[in-house]
Formats: sequence, C-alpha cells, structure tokens
Amino acid sequence: MKFEFSRRRMLGAVSGALAGLLSAPAARAAKATVQKVFASSGAPNGYDPYKHKWLMCFDVDKCIGCGLCVDACKTENHVPQASHYFRTWIERYIIKKPKPGSDRTRGEVLVDSPNGGRDGFPPTVVPREEILKSFFVPKLCNLCEASPCTQVCPVGATFDTPDGAVLVDPNYCIGCGFCIQACPYGCRFLNPETKTAEKCNLCYHRITRGLKPACVEICPTEARIFGDLKNPVVDDPIQAFIQKNKVFSLKPHLGTEPRVMYANLDKEVR
Amino acid sequence: MSLEITNAIVEAIPRFEGYVYPNESGTHPLWGFLIVLYPYITGLVAGAFIMASLVRVFRVKPLEPVYRLSLLTALAFLLCATLPLLFHLGHPERSFQIMITPHLTSPMAIFGFVYAWYLMAVLFLELWFDYREDFVEWSKTESGFRGILYRAFTLGVTDVSDKALALDHKLSWIISIVGIPSAFLLHGYVGFIFGSIKANPWWGNAIMPIIFILSAMVSGIALCVFNYMVLTWVRRRTLDLRCLDVMGMFLFYALVIDATVEALDWIHRAYSAEEGFHVMEYMAKERLFYTLSIGQVLVGTLIPLLLLGILQVLRKRIPDAVRKRMYFGSAVFILIGVLAMRWNVVMGGQFFSKSLRGVMSYKLEFAGVEGWFMGLILLSLPFIILTVLIKLFLAERLPTSGHVPHRMEGI
Repeated sequence: MKFEFSRRRMLGAVSGALAGLLSAPAARAAKATVQKVFASSGAPNGYDPYKHKWLMCFDVDKCIGCGLCVDACKTENHVPQASHYFRTWIERYIIKKPKPGSDRTRGEVLVDSPNGGRDGFPPTVVPREEILKSFFVPKLCNLCEASPCTQVCPVGATFDTPDGAVLVDPNYCIGCGFCIQACPYGCRFLNPETKTAEKCNLCYHRITRGLKPACVEICPTEARIFGDLKNPVVDDPIQAFIQKNKVFSLKPHLGTEPRVMYANLDKEVR
Repeated sequence: MSLEITNAIVEAIPRFEGYVYPNESGTHPLWGFLIVLYPYITGLVAGAFIMASLVRVFRVKPLEPVYRLSLLTALAFLLCATLPLLFHLGHPERSFQIMITPHLTSPMAIFGFVYAWYLMAVLFLELWFDYREDFVEWSKTESGFRGILYRAFTLGVTDVSDKALALDHKLSWIISIVGIPSAFLLHGYVGFIFGSIKANPWWGNAIMPIIFILSAMVSGIALCVFNYMVLTWVRRRTLDLRCLDVMGMFLFYALVIDATVEALDWIHRAYSAEEGFHVMEYMAKERLFYTLSIGQVLVGTLIPLLLLGILQVLRKRIPDAVRKRMYFGSAVFILIGVLAMRWNVVMGGQFFSKSLRGVMSYKLEFAGVEGWFMGLILLSLPFIILTVLIKLFLAERLPTSGHVPHRMEGI
C-alpha cells in the first residue's frame, strides 16, 4: 500500500506523539506511587529515596575478624541461625610462602569462614613461619550498579532503589532461586522459613531513620565505613574514605559494577 | 537435643572440599533433581516436534507412521514441562505473577510466554487442524463419552468439504513452519536461562542454547523411536522397518552434530583454561565422573554412535531382529545419556563454589520434593498422559482420514 500524506493522518500522528510525551511523566509518577504503595521496603513514611545515595566500603587492614558484625546482623535482621545463612560474613585468608625451590611468588591460599566468622576464628594450624601473610575480609551484598540478581528476577521482586540499596520484597518473591544463582558473590540465600530470597539490605529499616546499619554500629575498628554520597556535610565518612584511598571492587571482570569498595584488597580475594 | 546432635554430625562431616561461600554450604544445592527434569522434559517436547515437522514440512515420507505419535508425545510432555518448575518454587501460589507482572529482563519470566505460545499457538492448533476431519468423522460414529468428547473437539466446525480440508492442510503446514523456530525458541530459551548466568562459569556460555537444542533433537527423536517401538510391541503389530531406518539415520546425524558441538565446548574450555578452570576440572573428574564420563559420554554418546554408525554402514547385512534391538538400545542409551547431560549441566553448575576455591557434594535422596521418587513420578506422568492421548486419538479401531501425512498403518 502506498503511504499517503494527508492532513488527517499527520494530525493523528502528531497528536499521538504529543499524548505520548505528555503522559510519560504521569506514567512515571503512577509507577512511583504504585511502588510506594505496594513495594515493602521497610522505610518510614516521608522518607525520600532520591535525596540519598547510601554506600558501605571496607578497609581490609582494619578488620580483626572478631565477628561482632556477623552476630549483630543475624540478631538485627532475624537471619536464620544455621551456619549457612548470612547477610554478611567474614573470610580469613592465609597466604602461605612459596615452597622452597618454587619460582612462584606466593604459596597456597587457604580461605575459611567458620560459622561465617560469627564466633571469631580459631588459631590456624598452619605454622607461623610458613605464612606469608594473613588478613580478614568482610563480605556483604556488593550493591552492584548493574546487578545481575535484579536483572534475572522473573517478577521484579528484587529491585534497585534510587538511594543505592538493592532490596527484596518478601511479599512478592516467588522463591525460584534464580537471583541466588545469578549473584557472583554468594550474597543471597533462600530463607528456610519464609521460602523467599534474602540478602543484605543495608539495614534499610535503620538507615531510612537516620541510623547506621547494625554491623557498622558495632564494628570496633571502623573497618566498615558507611555514609551518604549525597550528604552535603563535607566530612561524610564514605566521601572521605573514597577520596583518601585507592579502592578496588570484587570480580570487576563480570561487569556488575559493584559499588561496595575495598581498600587494601589482595588479588586473591574473590 | 536430637536436633542438636543431628546438626553436630552435619557440621562434623564436611560436605565440601576447599572453601565455599557460607551461603553455598547448605546440605542441598538450591536447584535439585526437579530442575534437572525441567530441561530434560522440555527438550523431549522440542525434539519430538522437530521429528513431526520432518514429515509435515520436509515431507520425509517414510516417517509418516510416527507423525501423529510424535505430535502427541510432544503434547504429553509439554503438559508436564512446567510441573517441576512449579514444585520447586518457594511460593508456587505466587507463580502466576510471572505471567501477570513479568520482569522483562528476566529469561525465566519470558519463558512463561514462550511456553504459552508454543502450547497454544503451535501444538494445539497444529493438532486440531490435523485431526479436525477425523473428529468430524468420529463424532458421527462414536457414542457415549468418546462421542461427546469428539463432538466437543470439532468445536462445532463440521465442514469437511474438499475446499475446507485443503485450507486445513495449508494452515497446518504454515503452523508447522512457524512451529520449527518456536520449538527451537522453546528449548533454546531453556538453554539461555542457564547460559545467561555469567556468575557461573560452568553455565555462562554463548553456545549453551545451541547445545540444548541439539541435545533436545537427539533426545526427542530417541523418544519417538522408543515410543513407536513400545507401542507396536504392545499392539502386537509389525514395525515399519523403513520408518525405523530413517528415524535411526536422523538420530545418528543429530547425535554426530550434538557430540561435535559439545566436544568443541569442552576443548575450548580446557584450552583457554580461564579463571577457575582447575576447580571445574576437578569437579568434572571427581564429582561428575559417573554421570559425565560414564553416563553422558560413554552410554549417551559413544555407544549409540557406534551402534547407529554400524547400522548406517551395514544396514542390509544385519538381520531385522538384531537391527530392531540395536535401534531400541540406542534410543534407550540416548535417553539415559541426555538425562545425565541435564544432570551434569544443572548439578555441575552447583557443585563448585562461585569463589572458585572449593567443590560441594550431593547425594540424591529418595523422599522429599527434590528426591528421586518424586522425579520418577514426574517422569512417568507424561507417559501416563501419552497413554490416554493414544487411547483417544490413535485408537486402532478408529479409521483415519487417509490424507497425507495421516497414514498410520504402521501402528
């Protein structure tokens, strides 16, 4: 069929485009309202997520592996007690010296996290003289900018919030486990009681009320740094931390763009 | 107290070697035997449909005796394809959310639509157009429950004039043509659900959908061979050996391509030996030895390749009775091998930690939703449905219209 320009057709097209343009903000507002009403985030009324950008970072050198953060997290968020459910955990890395005669720069790497580090760490069986170096690395949700867990959720029960958290709506999650498979960092688990996916939500119920996450609150060495990138105060801890340190993220080759950063990280940490 | 003791024992016996993330160290992998069955059953659907379209679209005449059987096989398995998925969900009652509020970037969300499209727009329609003339005929001759059923299936369209039938055949042919890419899409999509997970080096692979489609074709044709031989045996009829030979030929070529592509994938993995290859190599050698080396490679690939290869070269010299057994053996071996392949993909991807520092182990239990008894039930269900479908639509005493490709004298 030959396309014909007519006044009626042109007017129709133009008014259609105009209607589309004009209805876009309305649609966006409607979406925001629907999310506000139906999404369960735990934030109080009146909290505006667009005014914050929360972030947590770590100074690996400061972590002493005491496990208080793991314990605080479990208590605060009612995480199942068993030793394979954690929203945050601590890993201990022991890098051995290369074997005599070996031309490698470092020896075997031993990693452990007994009970997620909740009870601290028992003395290692590796003799002290064989150890090249040892350190602790706290882990939690990496708050990826291009989060694979959000991408794969079939119903959109896990979502990115404008203030930097990645949340799971337990009233909406169907418990398929796809997000758990998609997370490269092992940060998610299926809660055996609720049968829904769960992970660190930065203690969203606390931070939206002006408090710090439980793990940050309890950390005795300030290895966990938490703050608001949109905080107008100059010495916000997170802004200062990023400014003063060379930071690195986990598994950057996967393109997930983790926003959680580590200072003084070793290449063996994955 | 008893719970504490059980826990202590579970704690004492390490289920993994090396380091795995704490959240990965539970007793069971997140996706169990049910998720192994899901791609297996979907693959059988796609393969059986491709088999049927060889007759309809590519006009492979010797395969006509199995045309309707293949379509009914595809239907019986498709009806059960989503059950394993549904049962494994934490909240099956919320599963409809996938269809109502799908998240469009999720491969799993779109699968619901691909499935619905395939079931409604392809399989049901093709079967209906194919059977319409027979429904009209049977609704006149049959009485009682069957009569009511056939009358209902005509959907009130009783025009069987030559013009109407010609239109039926034309539409059926078009649906078949649309059906081939749809079948590829259906199963390729299942492959994509795994292949899209970049977090997992065992799964995250661009050719995963292709491997899934190829193995689906192999398993689907093998299932048709199996069903055809069993049905003829049950009915005490003689097998159409020409049909069997042609099915065997297609099975052989499909298996050659499938084995080549899968081998290529392995060679590439081993040669490039990217990060974490050593842990996967260890896992494949230790944890997956029986299902990979024995099940998938030896039973599922090498033995059938040998049997079918011999049949291609020496077909005329082998006595009929031996030939039949060789075909039947190949089909059964392939069906076992492809099930092992699904196991290796689904379980293999969960047997090593995403920290790439440790491997886990898993013993399939008898009871429970993810147990092998449940799996057995789910695997038997399509065969039960197929039996009902055959009784209704492939009954010996019902005359068929005789139009190509309706020639069913083999059965």
